[in-house]
Amino acid sequence: MISFWTLFHKEVLRFWKVSIQTVAAPVLTALLYLLVFAHALEGRVRVYENVPYTLFLVPGLVMMSVLQNAFANSSSSLIQSKITGNIVFILLPPISHLQFFGAYVAASVVRGLVVGAGVAAAAAVFVPLRLEAPLWTLTFALLGAALLGALGLVAGILSEKIDQLAAFQNFVIMPLSFLSGVFYSVHSLPPVWQALSHANPFFYLIDGFRYGFFGASDVAPAISLGVLGVSLLLISVGALQMLASGYKLRH
Amino acid sequence: MTLTIDEGEFFGLLGPNGAGKTTLINLIAGLARADAGKLSVMGADVIADYRRARRMLGVVPQELVFDPFFTVRETLRIQSGYFGLRRNDAWIDEVMHHLDLTAKADANMRALSGGMKRRVLVAQALVHKPRVIVLDEPTAGVDVELRQGLWQFVRRLNREGQTVVLTTHYLEEAELYCNRIAMLKNGRVAALDSTRNLLETFSGLEVRLRLDRDRLPEPFPARILAHEGPLVTLRLSSARELEAVLARLRESGISIVELELQPPDLEDVFLRLTGRQS
Repeated sequence: MISFWTLFHKEVLRFWKVSIQTVAAPVLTALLYLLVFAHALEGRVRVYENVPYTLFLVPGLVMMSVLQNAFANSSSSLIQSKITGNIVFILLPPISHLQFFGAYVAASVVRGLVVGAGVAAAAAVFVPLRLEAPLWTLTFALLGAALLGALGLVAGILSEKIDQLAAFQNFVIMPLSFLSGVFYSVHSLPPVWQALSHANPFFYLIDGFRYGFFGASDVAPAISLGVLGVSLLLISVGALQMLASGYKLRH
Repeated sequence: MTLTIDEGEFFGLLGPNGAGKTTLINLIAGLARADAGKLSVMGADVIADYRRARRMLGVVPQELVFDPFFTVRETLRIQSGYFGLRRNDAWIDEVMHHLDLTAKADANMRALSGGMKRRVLVAQALVHKPRVIVLDEPTAGVDVELRQGLWQFVRRLNREGQTVVLTTHYLEEAELYCNRIAMLKNGRVAALDSTRNLLETFSGLEVRLRLDRDRLPEPFPARILAHEGPLVTLRLSSARELEAVLARLRESGISIVELELQPPDLEDVFLRLTGRQS
């Protein structure tokens, strides 16, 4: 267990030591989104009764920050270690695949939650935030961050260069998170796009997370939790198999 | 290849670039996977029983790698933790002392010179008191001072019973420290013997003579490497041959003005086994 805690601790220290870049910057980015979209759309878009657009926007932005930063943490840590070669420091010791996986994912969850909490705290200055079902919020935040942390681990394993990872981030993670209903409700979309949105796993993460704030969502939170659980399981099994076989890490 | 390194040995792996030294080390350390064959460290299979195998192994990698986020002490504490060790500071301090790192304990890794980073790599390999220490070109690009300090420390650990496996390009280091040597070539063991036997078998003596005249008697009972005027360089397979050379010179009435003996060295063995002469 000491191996796991050490690796976890090291992964947390790694982003904490550069928290301006890993925590403060994403919080600022989310606030800029909030400022611009709220200014442009407040009063024009209304998704739920009694929920002003700016308030509707906040949970989506929080969750998007959680997800993107969880992904960024494990993926960039791993690719940096691979490129600089200091990955040998964790490949040489007797760290099991499960410990390796658990430490990277747990550190990603911490980073995601810290950034998410930062965004929520900053947004609370401007809008009155209230949690209708806090347990749902916490569950989705935790599991969503874990899913993206695991996905980041997989992307980090698969990538050999920074630009391959950047491509994954820009062409997969960004579109999926932007088209997940952060800025709108998918109910307002034409049927084709609605159907497509339902094929996007990120949609369920945002929607379920938002349920915790308003007690209302596009799909039932239990269904979202199911999609999230299955996705997490699949990605985790894949990641663990890659780690066990040493795929792209041990040649 | 089949190769067994005994416990407590100071073992040298030598060979030209691409011979397979680092590949072999990577396979032992689990950094690479073998397509076929079996490897074990102190009886622990490196795949099936990888955690036991890795606990007994301390590897100093060839590449000068470091984690720029941490100080020297943090680096060593973290590395101890990976091996399941908490509160390892007494040993960390001792290792830092022997590698002359104490003054840099709280310096960030980024701020260290190349030689200092190399010392930290050695320290990282030793934090868990491994039974087997593998040094992959530990002194490449390292100043003389560190080399001496490093060897002193590694020799001490070896005397205390730890097995040391060394790859190096500096033949004099292997000659000085290793009691047994494997010469690798194209992924195979080209020679495997005690350092002394290798030197005796493959090398022989080089003798430089200055004679009182230019001509040599024919036939001459030794291999002539060079002959220019009164200067002759001979290769003898053993000291016994010298007797025959001296006798032949005496009966031809030639006297020796100067004589210089070059002891055998691994460079010759190495070149003969791996280089152009083979």
